[in-house]
Amino acid sequence: MSPSVVVVGAGPAGVRATAAIAGKGVPVTLIDEGARVGGQIYRQPPPGAERPPKDLYGSEAAKAVAVHGCLKEFKGLIDYRPSTLVWNVFKGQLDLKSAGGEEKVPFDRLLIATGAFDRVIPFPGWTLPGVFTLGAAQIALKAQGVAIGRKVVLVGAGPLLPLVASQYLKAGAEVAAVIDVTPFSAKVAGFWQMMSKPDVVLRGLGYLYEIRKHRVPVFYGARNLAVDGSQNVESFSWTSSGGKSHRVDCDAVGASFGLRSETQLADLAGCEFEFDHLLRQWLPIAREGGRTTQETVYVAGDCAGIGGADVAELQGDLVANSILEDLGVSVDKERLTVVEKRLRQYSRFRAGMERAYPFPHHLLDDLPEDLMLCRCEGIKLGHLMEVDAKTSPHDVNRQKAFSRVGLGRCQGRVCGMAAAEILSKFNGSSIESAGRLRGQPPVKPITFTGSSAT
Amino acid sequence: MVERPQQFQRLYEFGAEPLTFSVDGKTLEARPGELLLTAILLHRGHVRDFEFTDAKRAGFCFMGACQDCWVTLSDGSRVRACDTLVENGMEVLTTYERNAALEGQEDVS
Repeated sequence: MSPSVVVVGAGPAGVRATAAIAGKGVPVTLIDEGARVGGQIYRQPPPGAERPPKDLYGSEAAKAVAVHGCLKEFKGLIDYRPSTLVWNVFKGQLDLKSAGGEEKVPFDRLLIATGAFDRVIPFPGWTLPGVFTLGAAQIALKAQGVAIGRKVVLVGAGPLLPLVASQYLKAGAEVAAVIDVTPFSAKVAGFWQMMSKPDVVLRGLGYLYEIRKHRVPVFYGARNLAVDGSQNVESFSWTSSGGKSHRVDCDAVGASFGLRSETQLADLAGCEFEFDHLLRQWLPIAREGGRTTQETVYVAGDCAGIGGADVAELQGDLVANSILEDLGVSVDKERLTVVEKRLRQYSRFRAGMERAYPFPHHLLDDLPEDLMLCRCEGIKLGHLMEVDAKTSPHDVNRQKAFSRVGLGRCQGRVCGMAAAEILSKFNGSSIESAGRLRGQPPVKPITFTGSSAT
Repeated sequence: MVERPQQFQRLYEFGAEPLTFSVDGKTLEARPGELLLTAILLHRGHVRDFEFTDAKRAGFCFMGACQDCWVTLSDGSRVRACDTLVENGMEVLTTYERNAALEGQEDVS
C-alpha cells in the first residue's frame, strides 16, 4: 500500500511539491481552502470573472500559468480537495471541513504550505469601512476586477506596496498617494544585496516607473498614520519624516506592513518554533530540506518564512524531494543541487529586501490609548496596557486571557503580532519575551452539524 | 448619515448576464463570478453591522483570514462574504439585532 502523503495549501509551494511527488508515481492528497489552485499570489478568479493571464499577473503570467497547469498530467495520482479547510492536526490525522461535510484524513507525511497573510499594525481609523489590507486591494483587482475605491491611498512597508500601486494604475484606478512608511535611505542600503537577483530589482524599478509615469506622489518614512471619516473613509493623514503634516482626500485605503506566515497548523502538529530576527516573527524550525522537529511534518513556502512566490516554488520542489527521500524513493540529486543553489541566491536577496523594508518600529511610538487594537472584539490599546500593568507574565497568551486581545474570531491573525510588539515596547522587554499566540483548533470558525458531533 | 452608494469600483466588466440577489430585503443586481463582498460593496458602503457599537464593517483581508465580513443567508447559515460566490435569488442579511442586554454597557467604539 502507498504511504499517505498530504499537502495542505495549493499556492506555488504546495502545487510544485504535489507535482514533484506525483511525478515519482507516489499518490498525493492536495487540500486547499481556495476554490482553484494558485494560492493568493497566483489566485485564479472564479468562473465568470476570468481575464487573460497577462492582465492578471503581468510579468509573472508565465509562472502563474505554469503553476496552474502543472498538476494536469498527474491527475490520476492526485486527490485534489478544493474549498476545504484543514481545521486541526492531531495524532497523525487532519480534520477537514468542506461544504460536503467533515472528514478525517490520516497521513504518513504532511507538507504544510499555508502561505502568509498581511502583517497588520493598527492606526487610528483602521476599522472604518473602506480600509483594507494591501493583499485585499490586490485580490479585489485580480480576482474580481474591482478597485477598493474610486480614490485610493496605498500604504505599506514592503514590496507589495509598489506592486499593488502599479497594478491599480495600469488598471485605470485613481491612486491619490503611495506612502511607504520605511525610509528611502533603506532602499539604498539594501540595494546591493538585492542585486543578487537583478531581474527582481528590475521588476521593482518597473513598478516605481509606472507610479512616476502617472504622477502619483510617493512618500517615504511616514509616521502618525490616521484614517479620518465618520462612517467611511474620507481622508488619510500622516506626518513626513521631516515633521510636516499631510492629508489627502480619498475613499479607500489599502494598508499593511509586510507579511506574516500562517503557522497555526505547524503549531498544532507539534512543530517547535524559533524567533526569526530577520523576519521578526516566530517560525516553525525548518531544518535541511524543510524538515520540522516533527518527523512526519514538513513546511515549504511563505508559511516557513517570507520569501515570495519564486522561493515558494523552489522550496516546494526541494521539500517534495525530502519527503520522497524519507519514504525511500530515489531522487535526482543533481537537480536538487541546482534548486539549493538558486535558493541560496534568494536568501541573499531576502536579506537585502528586509534591509530595504525594515520593520517600522516608529509606527508603534505614538499610538493613542483609545486606538482599537483588536478589531474582532473591539478592544482598545489602553485596555491591554491597563491589564498588562496588573498581570504577568507580559506575554501575548497571558494577556489574551485577561484583555481578550487575540481571542476573537480571527484568533489573533490580525492583531496578534501588533499586540506582541506593543507589549514588548510597553515593558521594555524583548520581542521574543512577548511570545506568540498559541494555535488553537479549529484554526478558523466552522459550523458543526448535529450528525458530526458523534 | 448618508450611505455611501458604493465602496468598490468596477474596472473590468464581466461578460455574463446579470443575476439578482437581495441584501436585507433590497433586490440588487450582480454578475456571476462576483463574490458576495464584491456584490455587496458595489451597491453600498459597508457589509455588516459591528456587534458592539453603531459602527459598520466592510471586510478587511479578502482572503478568509480576518473573519470581518460574515453575513447571514436566509437559511440561517453564516458565511464569509469574501469567499462565497453570489447566486441568483440569494438572500443576504447583514444587520445585527443588538441584544437589549448589551444596552448601557460601556461603549467601545
